[in-house]
Amino acid sequence: MRKPYRWKSFLPNYLILTLFLLVVFLPIFGVLLSSFKTQTEVIQGPFHLPREFQFNNFVNAWTTGRFSDYFRSSIIVALAVVSVSVFLSTLTGYAFGVLSFPFQHILYFLLLIGFMTPFEAVVIPLYHFMYRLGLTDTYWALILPQIGLSVSFGTLWMTGFFRSAPQELIDAAAMDGCSRWQMLWLVLWPLARPAVLTLVVLIFMWTWNEFLLALVMVQKETLRTLPVGLAFFQGRYTADVPRLAAGSIIVAGPIVLVYVLFQRYFIQGLLGGAVKG
Amino acid sequence: MVGRTLWPGESRLKGWVYLFPGLAIYLVFVFYPILETFHASFYKWDGFSSNRTFIGIENYRNLLGDGQFFKALSHNLIFLIFYCIFPILIGLVLASLLGRRPLPGMSFFRAGLFLPQVLSMVVVGVMWRWIYNPAFGPLNLFLKSVGLGALNRSWLGDFDLALPAVGVIGSWVQYGFCMVLFIAGMQRIPKELYEASELDGAGSLRQMIYITLPGLRAEFGVALITTIVAALRVFDLVFVTTRGGPGDETLVAAFLVYRSAFQQNRIGYAAAVATVLTLVIFLVSFLILRVQSRQEE
Repeated sequence: MRKPYRWKSFLPNYLILTLFLLVVFLPIFGVLLSSFKTQTEVIQGPFHLPREFQFNNFVNAWTTGRFSDYFRSSIIVALAVVSVSVFLSTLTGYAFGVLSFPFQHILYFLLLIGFMTPFEAVVIPLYHFMYRLGLTDTYWALILPQIGLSVSFGTLWMTGFFRSAPQELIDAAAMDGCSRWQMLWLVLWPLARPAVLTLVVLIFMWTWNEFLLALVMVQKETLRTLPVGLAFFQGRYTADVPRLAAGSIIVAGPIVLVYVLFQRYFIQGLLGGAVKG
Repeated sequence: MVGRTLWPGESRLKGWVYLFPGLAIYLVFVFYPILETFHASFYKWDGFSSNRTFIGIENYRNLLGDGQFFKALSHNLIFLIFYCIFPILIGLVLASLLGRRPLPGMSFFRAGLFLPQVLSMVVVGVMWRWIYNPAFGPLNLFLKSVGLGALNRSWLGDFDLALPAVGVIGSWVQYGFCMVLFIAGMQRIPKELYEASELDGAGSLRQMIYITLPGLRAEFGVALITTIVAALRVFDLVFVTTRGGPGDETLVAAFLVYRSAFQQNRIGYAAAVATVLTLVIFLVSFLILRVQSRQEE
């Protein structure tokens, strides 16, 4: 008999949470709905259902809106940045967390600076540097700096993991005659799964959503990433809500999908470990 | 470092081998450009010609004198209200209203409230431009439908309203983050503290001041750094919604960097703005971390 009583006592809490959740969801839902409407239906109001779902908006954005090109760029850049950054961060984190070497503290501090650095601070010389190397208007200009920035966060993150790895395990591996390289990949790496997954989803999100670097480094339309593509698309079709909505869904879709699948890791990572679970 | 030792006969340089590839990319593409930004701020250069002249602190003098920079910075400060103060207040009030009992289904609400954090700011900007659209935006449609059509505005085109209108978007993005942070934090405070204080006859306000707020110190640190840095860095959102307009009413520091460097070819001046902005961001993060670690002692 206690159960219904308990449920009721939670009711005010659910009401408050639902209210604030609606403030988040309603605009997003409105955009989703608009992406299936015609321009005339949009004007009738945000939550009127479309008479007929217009999948054409997506086809238009994908082909004439060139979102297929933007999508390809975003995927290439994100995959390259995530895989290389996670691999390199594992190595650097291992060095700081398990090995010991000269100038350790200075080098760690040096990397810490990068973690706090906004792209605004580096984008001007970076552009001219890339231009001299002939790398502007190539994916390299988007990938290399993003790896640099990701490695600085990744090093802090992975160092935290490797420092917490039990010393007995490391000693046991040494007793068994593991080399340092084998210890990393055969003993510690399998334990690193949660830490690595968090790192993967965070770097993926930051790279996918990155705007300033992609805006500055690439002029060629086919090389633009999704966020930059959408920003210019909006400049061209200011009032064409269905098309813009469809474009927005294409940009946000993959990241929301990854978020839904791995939300625990996202939230844990973004709250900086302040929340367990 | 804690109790990690090298093996007998192992080279002390082995760590560098593991460090090298990651560190090299970082140094070349992040660290060197930071220094180069600082360096460039002492020159006058248009970005393409070969004539680059050293002018000392002239760029900094210009920046202090032309009003543009302070205008941009003051807008960043106003954004602090929207990005930092509102979300933290909302988060605190809600967390305390919800109380400290674990709620069944909380992970669903948590995931939902967190959603704006993962969206591209370009998408968020496009969405809110539609909401604010003077002709058919949901906001004006709503006002009209409840008989407040007289309040209809061109929200992002209005000289007085554009800045708060963009700020509200910032609050929308940040408040769920703060809520989730504080709710989780409250559940970690030992419940014995509350029970003991009840025995001593403390009311809920006193509990808030003496138990809850001090108990949330770590969460405050995370919330402050994240939201303050977000307010200082705003760029994508302004680029998409207003491009700094109308006039310069929504100009922010990062947009000033972009505009000066890539549209007006004033590299030195842009570098000076970027240098000041970066220093402010470093200083703020450093101060908050410092205050926090001192309190924890």
